[in-house]
Amino acid sequence: MSPDPFALACPRPLRHDTVQMAHGGGGRLMKELIEGVFLPALGTDPQGLHDSAVVEAGGARLAFTTDGFVVHPRRFPGGDLGELAVYGTVNDLAMAGARPLALSAAFILEEGLPFDELAGLVASMKAAADRCGVRIVTGDTKVVDRGKADGAFITTTGLGLVPAGVEVHPRRVRPGDAVLVTGDLGRHGIAVMSVREGLAFETPIASDCGPVHHLAAALLDAGLDIHCLRDPTRGGLASVLNEIATAAGVAIEAREDAVPVDEAVAAACEILGLDPLYVACEGRMVAFLPGAQAERALALLRAHPEGAGAAVVGRVVEGPAGRVTLRTTLGTARLLDLLSGEQLPRIC
Amino acid sequence: MKFVDEYRDGSAARTLAEAIRRKVTRPWTLMEVCGGQTHGIVRYGLDELLPPEVSLLHGPGCPVCVTPVAIIDQALAIAARPGVTFCSFGDMLRVPGSAEDLFAVKSRGADVRVVYSPLDALALARELPGREVVFFAVGFETTAPANALAVAQGEREGLANFSILVSHVRVPPALEAILASPRRRVDGFLAAGHVCAVMGTEEYVPLAAKHRVPIVVTAFEPVDLLQGILMAVSQLEEGRAEVENQYARLVQAGGNRPAQALIGEVFQGVDRTWRGIGPIPDSGLGLRPAYAAFDAARRFGVEGVGGPESAACQSGLVLQGLLKPMDCPAFGKACTPDHPLGATMVSAEGACAAYFRYRRFEPVEAP
Repeated sequence: MSPDPFALACPRPLRHDTVQMAHGGGGRLMKELIEGVFLPALGTDPQGLHDSAVVEAGGARLAFTTDGFVVHPRRFPGGDLGELAVYGTVNDLAMAGARPLALSAAFILEEGLPFDELAGLVASMKAAADRCGVRIVTGDTKVVDRGKADGAFITTTGLGLVPAGVEVHPRRVRPGDAVLVTGDLGRHGIAVMSVREGLAFETPIASDCGPVHHLAAALLDAGLDIHCLRDPTRGGLASVLNEIATAAGVAIEAREDAVPVDEAVAAACEILGLDPLYVACEGRMVAFLPGAQAERALALLRAHPEGAGAAVVGRVVEGPAGRVTLRTTLGTARLLDLLSGEQLPRIC
Repeated sequence: MKFVDEYRDGSAARTLAEAIRRKVTRPWTLMEVCGGQTHGIVRYGLDELLPPEVSLLHGPGCPVCVTPVAIIDQALAIAARPGVTFCSFGDMLRVPGSAEDLFAVKSRGADVRVVYSPLDALALARELPGREVVFFAVGFETTAPANALAVAQGEREGLANFSILVSHVRVPPALEAILASPRRRVDGFLAAGHVCAVMGTEEYVPLAAKHRVPIVVTAFEPVDLLQGILMAVSQLEEGRAEVENQYARLVQAGGNRPAQALIGEVFQGVDRTWRGIGPIPDSGLGLRPAYAAFDAARRFGVEGVGGPESAACQSGLVLQGLLKPMDCPAFGKACTPDHPLGATMVSAEGACAAYFRYRRFEPVEAP
């Protein structure tokens, strides 16, 4: 057996001639897809990438974002596709510090979708929009042959107004910032997986699916110097920390014992071999702000039921750009890396 | 979380690390056999807590990593057949065969599904009588009983559309191969806790005696691992070479007899090639002739399919404890989890993937 590095006869590296599921998983392959296909062809915002773009029009700063929703199953414990499509886009607007103004909704429906179900989804969208104080003002519908779509796909686009003086963007994150989350992590991913895969847990786990724009507004209205906001959806908290550390050119240290994870979610992750730090949320927010303001921010967040579980989970430090480390419960440090794609349940 | 938190307790871990420090008087090299143990060690940075005299080597106990490329190629060939529903544990989907992985076959329209148990595949076979349902039966002795159960149940029900592609391996022959190697660097083993929960500890006694090597059956949480290391180091310092059981809360000396009986009913010992290591006599399990009808390789005529194993692959050195992942020239450069050169970089339990995920403190170069 030769250790000659030039005699590597292991399988050739995969080059992916076609789109793989991991290209949509929120990890490194998705980053490759965006940076390798979309940005070179379509150009990039000189301001850098964020959950919403901010465009100036007639003196106003408008936040603009779009998101496609393809969750399966369409109903899951704690929510459904309709409300997810509203909250997801409202939350992306809020991550730019914007107040939501209006949404559009485009439906791709599969032939044979029961009307009762469609009506249910639309009613959920209306209720969610009302809860967020936003209207769905325009839309589009396409129907495709049976088998060409999975029941219903919904794309929503949102427009929001960024108040004067508000500047919420990854590039503002700097050493000394505290990293806050507004509640426990991983509920949505585990809730959807439990119904999708037919896993029956003794304690049912409901998705955290919900709006966070009022939590963002609470922090901004109090005059806190919010540097950045991000909702930890696909790829979870770990991916958010990696994206922000890279975009801001800073290092981040998180503390494992400070990350709130519900007991039932933690147990499900143990069984499946998943790390809750990478599991999706749909009603949580990660906030970056000066460390000195962290306590005040926590108090403001905890005044809302949706922010009752808020916690400081880490801090931004000087260090190699993009490095995220986790202080384990044993006090040792390890890398908290961006995953390739979605986590896969393990053999044993 | 009960039964988890107490085994991740920081002060218990520090106390054990201190006890190891007091015990050790000279360098010792231990190998943790199981990939789950490797991940526990790297994830919790246990090597940072250990005195410099104690080095850990990462063993071959990652089923995904040691599945030979030929069997992955057979899986790809079967999965690509029309009319086949191919079921696998999730982490096998990303392991490259000679040319591609199961995800790639799936993206071209193959019906490849992630299941959590072979019994899920059996249920699919009942639901889809018009399709051939194949389960990828990979793993050590830990997963063998459930796979045997699925086959026995399929036989009882007369399910003609269910079969398994078998790539089972056994731990003791691999330890024998490592110990018999002229390049042996291992002074003691942390044996794989869950394998021993099924098989018991008795089959390790002759190995410990023959090679004068301590073998401590060890669980997977940081406090367990440190206690296992303390037990192995104590044996070495005291000149003992015994089989000890750190995982007494789950492992009994005789193991799980009904599970063993089920394995013996359905499977028999076969020679098996280990990816990156090579052939090891009597190191695998194959279906007994009475259950040959459930053998997917035979049913789909793919026994001859598959590229040869390379003797030059670096992952073989890693799996035998002869090379640390980060000392491999390809690590983090030509070889990353997105573009893996070998299976040890793919699997969640692979040693290279563990180092890449938790330990790579340098930025990655583009592949």
